[in-house]
Amino acid sequence: MKCITDCKIIEILNLSDEQLIELSRKNVLSLSLEEMKTVQNYFKKLKRNPTDVEIETLAQTWSEHCKHKTLTGIIEYTEEKNSKKTRRIYNNLLKETIFKAAVELNKKWCLSVFKDNAGVIEFDSENGIAFKVETHNHPSALEPYGGSATGIGGVIRDILGVGLGAKPLANTDVFCFGDPDTEYSKVPEGMHHPKRIAKGVVSGVRDYGNRMGIPTVNGTVCFDDGYMANPLVYCGTMGIIPKDKIEKKVNSGDLILVVGGRAGRDGIHGATFSSVQLDQESDVSAVQIGNPIIEKKVLDTLIKARDLNLYRSVTDCGAGGLSSAVGELGKKTGAVVYLDRVPLKYDGLCPWEIWISEAQERMVFAVPPENKEKIVEIFERENVEAVFIGEFTADGKLTLIYEGDVVTNIDMEFLHNGVPKPTRPALCKIKEEKIQKPVEMSSSEISEALKASLSDLNVCSKEWIVRQYDHEVQGQTVIKPFQGNNVEVSGPGDAAIIFPYTVVRGTKKGIVLSNGINPQYGKINTYKMAASAIEEALRNAVAVGADIEKMSLLDNFCWGNPDEPEILGSLVRAANACYDMSKSFDVPFISGKDSLHNEYSIGGKKYSIPPALLISAMGVIENAANTFTMPLKNDGDKVFVLGTTRNELGGSVLAKIKNIKYGIVPDVHPQESKDIMKRIYRAASENLIEACHDCSEGGLVVAISEMAFAAGKGVKIDIDAVKTGKIKSQETELTAAEILFSESNGRFVVEVKPGNEARFGEILEDAVFAEIGCVNSDKGIVFESEKNKIKIQEAPEVLLNYWRSTINW
Amino acid sequence: MKKAKVLILRTAGTNCDCETQAAFELSGAVAERIHINALIEKKDKIFEYDILAFPGGFSYGDDIASGKILANEIKNKLGDRIKKFALSGRPIIGICNGFQVLVKMGLLPDPELFEQVSTLSYNDSDKFECRWVYLKTEKKIKNESNCVWTKNLPDIISLPVAHGEGKFIPDDRKLLDSLNENNQIVFRYSSKDGGKPEYPLDPNGSVDQIAGICSTAGNVFGLMPHPERYIFALQHPAGESFCRGYGWGKVIFQNAVDFVK
Repeated sequence: MKCITDCKIIEILNLSDEQLIELSRKNVLSLSLEEMKTVQNYFKKLKRNPTDVEIETLAQTWSEHCKHKTLTGIIEYTEEKNSKKTRRIYNNLLKETIFKAAVELNKKWCLSVFKDNAGVIEFDSENGIAFKVETHNHPSALEPYGGSATGIGGVIRDILGVGLGAKPLANTDVFCFGDPDTEYSKVPEGMHHPKRIAKGVVSGVRDYGNRMGIPTVNGTVCFDDGYMANPLVYCGTMGIIPKDKIEKKVNSGDLILVVGGRAGRDGIHGATFSSVQLDQESDVSAVQIGNPIIEKKVLDTLIKARDLNLYRSVTDCGAGGLSSAVGELGKKTGAVVYLDRVPLKYDGLCPWEIWISEAQERMVFAVPPENKEKIVEIFERENVEAVFIGEFTADGKLTLIYEGDVVTNIDMEFLHNGVPKPTRPALCKIKEEKIQKPVEMSSSEISEALKASLSDLNVCSKEWIVRQYDHEVQGQTVIKPFQGNNVEVSGPGDAAIIFPYTVVRGTKKGIVLSNGINPQYGKINTYKMAASAIEEALRNAVAVGADIEKMSLLDNFCWGNPDEPEILGSLVRAANACYDMSKSFDVPFISGKDSLHNEYSIGGKKYSIPPALLISAMGVIENAANTFTMPLKNDGDKVFVLGTTRNELGGSVLAKIKNIKYGIVPDVHPQESKDIMKRIYRAASENLIEACHDCSEGGLVVAISEMAFAAGKGVKIDIDAVKTGKIKSQETELTAAEILFSESNGRFVVEVKPGNEARFGEILEDAVFAEIGCVNSDKGIVFESEKNKIKIQEAPEVLLNYWRSTINW
Repeated sequence: MKKAKVLILRTAGTNCDCETQAAFELSGAVAERIHINALIEKKDKIFEYDILAFPGGFSYGDDIASGKILANEIKNKLGDRIKKFALSGRPIIGICNGFQVLVKMGLLPDPELFEQVSTLSYNDSDKFECRWVYLKTEKKIKNESNCVWTKNLPDIISLPVAHGEGKFIPDDRKLLDSLNENNQIVFRYSSKDGGKPEYPLDPNGSVDQIAGICSTAGNVFGLMPHPERYIFALQHPAGESFCRGYGWGKVIFQNAVDFVK
């Protein structure tokens, strides 16, 4: 291969192990020694040194970000419990847990699972709905605004690039930040203050999402000091796609068309950079620069071209840029690309930079030659740049040509399947959780704890954030992020419902979106954290009227450094919980993503983030009008609690506020919980439910208070009427505070009209439930226990104010 | 009977065109979403339509100022046609970004003058916000105006707003007085009972709480709130309906469709 000025030959054939490692480090390749040696051996066979373009192509394609090497690699897992060790080898953790459950459940309505840019399920006889959630953590740490904006921009392109393209209907976002009130002196050197990160991230999502005309309808924010230097930014998009547009293919001879933005120096090494720990030296040029209006134009025209059947395949340019997109599409055929034809923002890019630039707003199409003129006209009529850069071949090779010189010529087979499977040890030491000493609190202490819970960062209103997002654009958001009986007061909705009437005219159906996440539980037990997140996501959906039989899930793991056995071990446990819960709830996972290496170094010491598993749920609702919200509706209505309250304060908000040692992390009882979810749906279909809210962070007392102040109403609750259950046989009875603040899963608060309670009781027969009070605005919000001589009484507007005033930046 | 034909003009960054189309079609019209490039190519095509709509969004990213670039483009390339269309008495609506476009090209408040004499500036809160608000209709404000679009509405309705630049400011006192005298102010932000609203029910700090205005002839209408997002009762935060499951936004579109029949 000829050496030309812009393309360097990289000496690799004669490098020692140390030199290989140094080469990988110096060029941000993020390849291990074993991987570098595999590359070396490949080129030894070719009897030549690689070009810089070839090395970069391999590094991007083999990056953790693109390949998910850890979770698809070999894991030697050891579990220690009571000094007894059990071992298990995973050859591919994802395939043996999350994906396996989907295969075993084998739902007919799952249309595309774990194979495309997003998972797709059936919406109706004509349409599917696609959902994907991505993370953009490292970029958001360095440049919060640009990082989050391109995070949302990227996941929208996943939806545009699923099948032959879906139309985005809604966005979701979930963030984990450090404490926004951290003293400046405590912020690690070279890192942004958590409040600056939070504000920048919110602005980025706002400006990109709003300009795209996609409502941001669901999400949450978790605060913990563990995310100070490494925030988590999850962005999701849901879209709708005709069923006959879900399959894609590439034929030899199809032309490669790149559409949208131009390549630039922004976002060089984004894919490999995501596997490098953050420190004060981290390079901001790895962050991409977004332009939502270009992406909006791509969206408008892509859907037009799709409906005219002008292309055979499409995918997005995300991590790894053209290298990933063309590499992916041409996997089975081969491809030749003329790098000098790629439109550039400015001159001076080297061939390898053109090839791996993660410049935004670009989609790559496989176009049959006969549609060449027609498709370009569609784009150009709306001022969208569309340029043919090469074609798919039949030789199984990736060939890149720059100004007449061949700068890359490698086998697709090696590029995609040549990466050696790493073997990693994983270890989990299971500790027994202990119940805390009985939590005895007086009435006034409980009142104080309620106020502290409502204003706690993890419970308080996120209205300051959410109102900056247009959550109503497209006019289809029928269950909104904030809910109130009129427009002035509001409470936190459990899930969002989209009624896609502008796309599917005449439909009655809705699409529910919800999420579950709780890193606090994961600090103690990642199995229960994962199980709780799944149950919470489903519970949130059921709390607005979803049918548990028509739900699907996405997983998003954000973990620390997987090279540390205990960190990887905690991930294995969480993945197992996903399998177990998916099977027992009979709800499949349809797609997912992992972001490992979330760690940062301060003064040479490494810190990994608290593990976080975001579970996002999507489901189809038969009748979008037959749904409900969480504010109480009418004085005189009865209030019920469904599900068992157990002594589960481990990782709870109360435990944090009162600094309680020990405590059991909430467990999931899938049979009991699923049974209640099914019965709620039955009650809903008979219109028996006036209001419904799930019990999560802060427990029963927070959930009921939210329902009351969201309506500006009062409520009278008998604490003694709540049904409790024991975890261990020798356990004492729960105290009033434990009943009120326990965060046991599987519980709902439901409001029912007088006269309907008999029928409601019939539907719930044999399930754990109790009538615990009634809506009564005379005396405000009242919780009373005769047995424990406890009475709490607060005005709804006072509690609303506590809930509202924490985040008001 | 012939159906009313609606032209919904879109460009880069327009994003409420689909729901605006749905709103007109559910009101019995035929609505087409047309890209501005196509209209510039065949300028007289505009006269094939009975109603013209400028939907919400972020036209050209709202760079410079909201709606400004599109306003200039329309004025320069389609100005005489747009003016003729307006003076012919055919209904024109501008919603949110569309209202900003109408104001910035000067089609509102006076299409005959066709010069910018007022503006929509940054919200007092200095940020984009999305929420439902109450609107006092002209009935509650004063006697009924000529506005084609706002007939048959009660004293107070609610609609969602979603904007960062919605603060209506007329150039001078004289203009404000004439808007009042001519009954051109058809929507004002209000409290639930029609009183003066506080933030956030006054979402942007508009002069005299102005949320929507029309031309003196009543056919050209612009407003910041989004009527196309309240076609069905279930779109309301509490599911409120005025009849048979519809929302107040539907009446606004129905009025124009009925007017051209």
